[in-house]
Amino acid sequence: MRPCFKLLSDALIDQIIAEGLGLLMDPGVRVHNAEALELLAAAGAPVDLDAQIAHIPEELVRRALETAPSEFHLYDLDGEPVVHYGGDSVQFDPGSAAITILDSKTQQQRPAVTNDFVDFVKLVETLPQLDAQSTAIICSDVPEEVGDLYRLYLALNYMRKPIVTGAFRKDTWWTMKELLETVAGGQQELVARPIAIFDVCPSPPLLWSDLTCQNMIDCARHRIPSELVSMPLAGATAPVTVAGAVVQHTAECMSGVTICQLAQEGAPIVWGGSPAAFDMREGTTPMGAVGTWLIDGAYTEVGKALGMPTHAYLGMTDAKVVDAQCGLESAGGTLIAALAGVNMVSGAGMMDFESCQSYEKLVIDAEIIGMAKRLIAGVDPREDPIALTLMRELGHRADYLAQPHTLRWFSHEQVLPSSVIDRKSLDGWKRQGAKTAWERAGDRVRELLAGYQPTSMSDDMRAELRAITQQAAQRFGLGELPPLPEA
Amino acid sequence: MSNTLLPEITDALVACDAASAVALTQQALASGLEPLTIIKQGLVPGIEQVGERFQAGEYFLPQMVIAAKAMQQAMAVLEPELQARQQRVDSAGVVVIGTVKGDIHEIGKSLVATMMSASGFQVHDLGVDVPSQVFVHKVRETNADLVGLSALLTTTMTAQREVLRALEESGIRDRVRVILGGAPVTPEWADSIGADGYADDAVGAVQLSKRLLG
Ligand code: B12
Repeated sequence: MRPCFKLLSDALIDQIIAEGLGLLMDPGVRVHNAEALELLAAAGAPVDLDAQIAHIPEELVRRALETAPSEFHLYDLDGEPVVHYGGDSVQFDPGSAAITILDSKTQQQRPAVTNDFVDFVKLVETLPQLDAQSTAIICSDVPEEVGDLYRLYLALNYMRKPIVTGAFRKDTWWTMKELLETVAGGQQELVARPIAIFDVCPSPPLLWSDLTCQNMIDCARHRIPSELVSMPLAGATAPVTVAGAVVQHTAECMSGVTICQLAQEGAPIVWGGSPAAFDMREGTTPMGAVGTWLIDGAYTEVGKALGMPTHAYLGMTDAKVVDAQCGLESAGGTLIAALAGVNMVSGAGMMDFESCQSYEKLVIDAEIIGMAKRLIAGVDPREDPIALTLMRELGHRADYLAQPHTLRWFSHEQVLPSSVIDRKSLDGWKRQGAKTAWERAGDRVRELLAGYQPTSMSDDMRAELRAITQQAAQRFGLGELPPLPEA
Repeated sequence: MSNTLLPEITDALVACDAASAVALTQQALASGLEPLTIIKQGLVPGIEQVGERFQAGEYFLPQMVIAAKAMQQAMAVLEPELQARQQRVDSAGVVVIGTVKGDIHEIGKSLVATMMSASGFQVHDLGVDVPSQVFVHKVRETNADLVGLSALLTTTMTAQREVLRALEESGIRDRVRVILGGAPVTPEWADSIGADGYADDAVGAVQLSKRLLG
């Protein structure tokens, strides 16, 4: 039996969906994208072109929910289906698009450069707990205008795992698609074995901005998976109640699924989000608040009830350094996500709301993720009888360390932590330098980076990726891309 | 009776009761109190108390925002009377604020706008995704003292520089102070593009503005 976590009664789910559908008709959804408005109008939705508001009837939404796939895979660069969106699969990727990196020496945030993100990608490759990469950090050493595609370019050079990404502009999406197709071996190959998924964010309340709506439509048309990141901020841009925020989330996601499916029936799209229980003292969007976790858990249940694959931003912290708050918030969110059965949980490594990435936090989070995955694997009898024969054999002897049963099962039953987690005796810990979690994490980062194995991507392909990126960067006045760090 | 009306207006604001604040303001006018007296002895002490309670951690943003709105509504009642008497409230300064072109992050900018207006600034909020020229026009139209530019994306920070350029080209850069904010913005960035200041939250924005205009 798999442990799970249920927040909503069936009746409450039905009511949330009914209210979400109600919102799509009145007041409707603001759609600041001409193509989406045309699609909706052609499908029979009443559209006010001047006000850019679409009123989406229930039948359209229901049909879209039918045609949207309930599951699909992302593939690694060796062509293996390693990420499963659908059912109760639970997988993890780092939080995306951090503006800064937490400097390992000073423990201060600073703008990241090429080297920082490359190290980050390498780390994610070496951490088995992480199932996918993400374009986690923006590099400040290239023009802002190509910041989104440059991250993808870098990641593709060092990764094998699939990647969660996103575009910040309409035009850069095309370059990103070109990069992905190059790596996948062509347009059809990318459709058959998608290696990336694009985050697309509706704006609360009930708005599709031109940019993100176009990204979603372009993804759909090319059958590239997209992931809705709806973010009701409860009490600021959404009702303050958890249930109210989920109603808003439901309406926004249903509008997204509808536009996506009108652009291309059957295009893969994920029910996801990054909501927050708005902090009423600081005016911030806390990711470590229990109210935030409740909204995530609840909308995940709604998504599953509608047969959609799911995603959530969880496992992050609002702390500014890797301290006790950092650990407790990251662990809380990660466990909730795992228990809720979120298919892709984005957030590892991320801190200070969604502003900063940290290598040290990433390796600590990997331990938390390992524990969370173990937790939902649940309790298995392993043998039948469970222990009767074994215990009768041993009688009253405490000799289990010497038993084949122990050897057979210990590494399945237990999560064997890395050196990040301290379980030494007091003296043993002192002998090893009495290191804090932060210091042990730093050691682990260096160790993992030293063990990173370069990918087998051919030099030709690397050159091709560089040419594509270089060309895009030149449009924004960058002469030469920064050199790629050694693999 | 008029003696108790002023403290009642203060209390209504502190209780975040917009309807009473407006009704009492109307009563106060009807009872013959001067608009400037109502403002200085009724409304301003109220909003100040709300601000103090917020600073003390006793009040939260909903109280702050609702009290600020109540104050604005009461001011709207008094505005025609002030004009009829050709009087003005001394404002801490005229502010034009908005989120720059290409960026639709709204919450931080709106919080700053609310705090500024609760602190006595006359605020013109242009909303989000605001083209440079719209900032320039508004500054001209309102004779603003200060411009606040919000940008939450590394890709739109550059638009802050464009607004500065547009102000420069229109020859009005010298007449206004320009302050910046938003998650990716740093004091170094503000310096490098020639802005007058940077603040990382709404309280800081108010302090910075007071310092710049004081
Ligand atoms: C909510 C949010 C959104 C919402 C905004 C809803 C709305 N109606 O405003 C929506 C969903 C629309 C959104 C969209 C996007 N977002 Co967004 N978003 C956020 C988030 C989570 C919180 C922002 C927020 O409201 N904070 C709360 C307020 C109160 O804080 P604040 O804005 O920082 O404001 C305070 C201070 O900065 C300061 N301040 C602000 N303005 C000003 C102005 C002046 C003059 C002064 C003095 C001070 C000041 O005072 C404020 C009050 O304390 C941030 C994460 C983060 N760490 O900031 C990402 C974030 C900013 N978004 C991000 C991204 C990538 C996007 C998208 C591009 C995603 C996509 N692919 O679709 C789109 C872009 C859309 C666009 N063109 O603008 C990234 C930016 C990364 C980067 N390197 O640039 C962030 C950092 C998240 C992340 N790591 O991915 N987003």
